[in-house]
Amino acid sequence: MKFLATIGRSVLGLLAAIGRVALFAVETISHLFRPPWYPREFGAALMQIGYFSLPVVGLTTIFTGGALALQIYAGGARFSAEAVVPQIVAIGMVRELGPVLVGLMIAARVTSSIAAEIATMKVTEQIDALVTLSTNPMKYLTLPRVLAATLVMPILVAVGDTIGIMGGYLVGTGRLGFNPGTYLTNTIDFLEWLDIVSSLSKGAVFGFLAALMGCYFGMGSARGAAGVGAATKGAVVAASVLILAANFILTELFFAA
Amino acid sequence: MIELRGIEKSFGPKNVLRGVDLTIPKGESMVIIGGSGTGKSVTLKCVLGLITPDKGEILVDGQDVTKLRQGSSERDAFLARFGMLFQGGALFDSLTVWQNVAFRLLRGTMKKTKAEAREIAIEKLRRVGLTPDVADLYPSELSGGMQKRVGLARAIAAEPEIIFFDEPTTGLDPIMSGVINELIREIVVEMGATAMTITHDMTSVRAIADKVAMIHGGKVRWTGPISQMDNSGDPYLTQFITGSADGPIESVR
Ligand SMILES: Nc1ncnc2c1ncn2[C@@H]1O[C@H](COP(=O)(O)OP(=O)(O)O)[C@@H](O)[C@H]1O
Ligand SMILES: [Mg+2]
Repeated sequence: MKFLATIGRSVLGLLAAIGRVALFAVETISHLFRPPWYPREFGAALMQIGYFSLPVVGLTTIFTGGALALQIYAGGARFSAEAVVPQIVAIGMVRELGPVLVGLMIAARVTSSIAAEIATMKVTEQIDALVTLSTNPMKYLTLPRVLAATLVMPILVAVGDTIGIMGGYLVGTGRLGFNPGTYLTNTIDFLEWLDIVSSLSKGAVFGFLAALMGCYFGMGSARGAAGVGAATKGAVVAASVLILAANFILTELFFAA
Repeated sequence: MIELRGIEKSFGPKNVLRGVDLTIPKGESMVIIGGSGTGKSVTLKCVLGLITPDKGEILVDGQDVTKLRQGSSERDAFLARFGMLFQGGALFDSLTVWQNVAFRLLRGTMKKTKAEAREIAIEKLRRVGLTPDVADLYPSELSGGMQKRVGLARAIAAEPEIIFFDEPTTGLDPIMSGVINELIREIVVEMGATAMTITHDMTSVRAIADKVAMIHGGKVRWTGPISQMDNSGDPYLTQFITGSADGPIESVR
């Protein structure tokens, strides 16, 4: 019986948490339509989340694209299908790996820093200070970050997809003996608009989730240094899990026959 | 005029405030004393709506401010009349010192030009004993006492009608404490502001208080004009102001 009660309590806790996150998301979005807005904060968030994430996005995707080419070549060789490397790399990167890898890197890089920053502000009473200075923390801190991440992630994903395909191309032409011209034509001919649209839409959703989790856990931080640590950890775990779950749902929506 | 009536607040099992009643007439300087952890900061935060009390009402000029909705225009108007110095300074560490001080003047309804805002910030910094060359530093580059004074400058920058100071002189040297005490006195006298100050420093109490309230056990234990503080006949208050280890207040809490 005790065992059942524990399960029941965890399920109720989870449902309550989902409800709180949903309310937080709705409140964040509602501030998009109500002034005042803080364009300067938005600009800073764009730089932080977008521009400064480019190196990590490039590095992650180029290696993955290269490894993907090697794997598909080796796997395809078993039934003489080596020739499909360009097509499968393109599909794999654009539909799945590009958005997911970039999403997870953003969860690691951006969610953690947003959560730690906001939690520290909360713990040191800076959030209270904002309120006493007639500034709504949801408008000043949350909305700019969530909006910037949602808008800039499709661009990061586009960059990641391209660099990932480049990684496959470099390995394919350099190590596996593909003709450069044929490799590129095969890639471009094979990709469809839906692939690209799904990739960028996933990016937007993942960006929204990553920044939202950072802000949500940061704002809810408990007191003290341990509170900041727990908020950061919780934010990164929640963002990663939500990104993977959302990825499944979006793939289902876009590609289920 | 600020009136607190029967304010109660618990955090989990901990009953911090158990019915605080307090009245601060307009233009007077009320000083709140009491041991650490007795809920003095919580009391101020209840008035500002940063913490919602479990019970009781808080009237500011007759209006119950605990009923104001977050983000409503009434609440914005209410907050615009306030200045608050937080116990830890609570400076924004992503902004420079002058941008912290001029925060209110750089955005929202009180927006001024950048040059004007900076000029006001530097003037306020001077009033708290800081030279203009700290204006472009970041809070992390300042000592704790300097941060406190920047926080003070920020609290008074928009010339509020009601000012709360949470331990304004803690961590300052005696001379600087004197400067800050005088400043608080001036703000009340010159600007006619209503002030509520939390302090442990008995020199400060004597320098700035019109009235004193002592919080103990979640309630206002004693309140009265400063002139009656020394012969109140209350053993708790007497022990507190003499700083004696013997008396009704336990030294292990
Ligand atoms: N946000 C909070 N969550 C939980 N406990 C709190 C919170 N704020 C204050 N407390 C607790 O309330 C008590 C009174 O705190 P405070 O008002 O800061 O004391 P002080 O009189 O020294 O200013 C303390 O025991 C503190 O731990
Ligand atoms: Mg305190």
